[in-house]
Amino acid sequence: MAVIEHLTQDFLRTKKLPHIWCPGCGNGIVTAALVRAIERADYDQRDVVIVSGIGCSSRAAGYLNFNTLHTTHGRALAFATGLKMARPELKLFVIMGDGDCSAIGGNHFIHAARRNIDLNAVVVNNHIYGMTGGQHSPLTPTGKKATTAPGGTLEREFNLLELAKGAGATFGARGNAAQPRQLEQLIARGANHKGFSVVEALSPCPIAYGRRNKLGGPVDMLKDMKEKSISIERSAGKEESELEGKTITGVIFSYDAPEYAAEYHRFIGKEVPAKSGG
Amino acid sequence: MPETKPVLMQGNEACAEGAISAGVRFYAGYPITPSTEVAERMAARLPDLGGVFIQMEDEIASMAAVIGASIGGMRTLTATSGPGFSLKQENIGYAIMAEIPCVIVDVQRMGPSTGVPTAPSQGDVMQARWGTHGDHPVIAFSPASVYETYYLTIAAVNLSQKLRQPVILLLDEVIGHMREKVTIPKDSKLMVEKASDKVPADWKPYDEKGLTPLVPFGFGHYYHVTGLFHDQYGFPTGDPPQVERSLDRIHEKLEKYRDEVVLTNYIGHKEPRVVIVTYGCTVRSARAVVKKAYWNNRQPVGLLSLQTLWPFPDKEVKEVAKKADVIIVPEMNRGQIVGEVERHVKGEAEVIPLNRYDGEMISPDQISDLLGRWLS
Repeated sequence: MAVIEHLTQDFLRTKKLPHIWCPGCGNGIVTAALVRAIERADYDQRDVVIVSGIGCSSRAAGYLNFNTLHTTHGRALAFATGLKMARPELKLFVIMGDGDCSAIGGNHFIHAARRNIDLNAVVVNNHIYGMTGGQHSPLTPTGKKATTAPGGTLEREFNLLELAKGAGATFGARGNAAQPRQLEQLIARGANHKGFSVVEALSPCPIAYGRRNKLGGPVDMLKDMKEKSISIERSAGKEESELEGKTITGVIFSYDAPEYAAEYHRFIGKEVPAKSGG
Repeated sequence: MPETKPVLMQGNEACAEGAISAGVRFYAGYPITPSTEVAERMAARLPDLGGVFIQMEDEIASMAAVIGASIGGMRTLTATSGPGFSLKQENIGYAIMAEIPCVIVDVQRMGPSTGVPTAPSQGDVMQARWGTHGDHPVIAFSPASVYETYYLTIAAVNLSQKLRQPVILLLDEVIGHMREKVTIPKDSKLMVEKASDKVPADWKPYDEKGLTPLVPFGFGHYYHVTGLFHDQYGFPTGDPPQVERSLDRIHEKLEKYRDEVVLTNYIGHKEPRVVIVTYGCTVRSARAVVKKAYWNNRQPVGLLSLQTLWPFPDKEVKEVAKKADVIIVPEMNRGQIVGEVERHVKGEAEVIPLNRYDGEMISPDQISDLLGRWLS
């Protein structure tokens, strides 16, 4: 078993710990993967900004030792767009939950994708509204139970990355909390990509989702997540029937297109500095 | 005074020019009648000044983008009208709570709802005060001319920076679309009150001791910004004494600088029997009435015009109530600021509302007719 090295303390606000997340929650794993990805990218701490919305996963911002902006529900990308346009040299990571990003924030999500603005979205998808106690979101699979869908939701779910791609995002990847090393690499690749990048991080919510849907405890959920996932490389050439019930992980799409903040600053004749002035 | 040149322009354009003179270099907005000219002027002007103009996907995003850019250190403004002002409310509350400076322009049109988009109104006065949830401080200005729009926009930007408090400019459709002569200083750098760029060693983003400058993101001060109640470093807290202290503090900064925030103007008789208290475009009709009264045997009539609506100019209104028997409050709604006037006059004078809400201005004759009853 691979040993995961100790997480750097410089990027954590250790005094703010312990965190508010429930036992067995995947948010801590995703947050650690994000911190490692930032470390791997070797950014200057002062250039990194963490923006988040409202929900369990968005509380991560408070535990990370950067300039952190905890915004209103669904609006993280809109706040981040303003900040990125004002300060294009900053590296912005935007943490959102599935409901935050795809329901109340759906409009901002597609328009950030359309502009292809250089923001790194990390969408923690646990298929449920956790903080409010387990209501269904646009990423709850059809048939799964929630407090607001006690008989199972009849609604169809979004394919978040297809949505992002259709709207114009130029990088989309999927990872999960059961494979943190891969997730870290995906976030790092997204950060390195010039343009709007989306990393969907599947994450267990044993309390508000797993229990109601009889998915077992945290370990069972992580195991299930791992068993059901198949990397995009390994899925290549497989029949559709073979991929039934599987979740494809890895970089789903990546291509180049003009990035909005840089295009705008070129238009007004301003050079974007490589680093902030601080 | 620097060199000046008179120009003819619309209230909405003067608002954009005032913002530029005050150093605003970031605008985010969404098209809506009757405010669109503010956005169009900014779109034409900002790129040449090295500024950022962005048309966002909706009103909510515009407000969010403005706050984001302010945290990046830019001076920012957004403009809208009633329906958009409704949508912006949550994020206006965020800016108040997180103490992020920005200016929100609401060019009022006839509501409720979609209403009459091209008709003037003063129906958003109470929305400006209480539109966002919770107990919050508000600053709102209401200019009565194109000239005043230019200068109040500058005041709004500078005050917003100084107090780290959003400022609302309540224009009405008449002021927004009317063309008048304005004199704009050539060297507008003089209009920007520069904040200190020196960060004290013991800087805290939300210092309990009082006003503290906003240090933009990206300068190595790793603080947290949130709409949750927070401690001096911005971190969430639910501790009752700390919550109470925080709420008091954001109100107290307005009280402490009241004299810079509350702007009014009195014209007319020194010992008035009747005083008209009004704001926005209605001031223009009231001014005509006061002038006429002066030439008509110097009738004892005065006009208190309110450039600041919030915080309400209580002292100034109490002052005129001591002298006057009657206070007339004309406004283009079913009676909004009149309640505040009554609350502070406390029976010292009779308070008479004069309301019009058919999408037309209150005429000088309407005010004169009412006035005549108390002067004869």
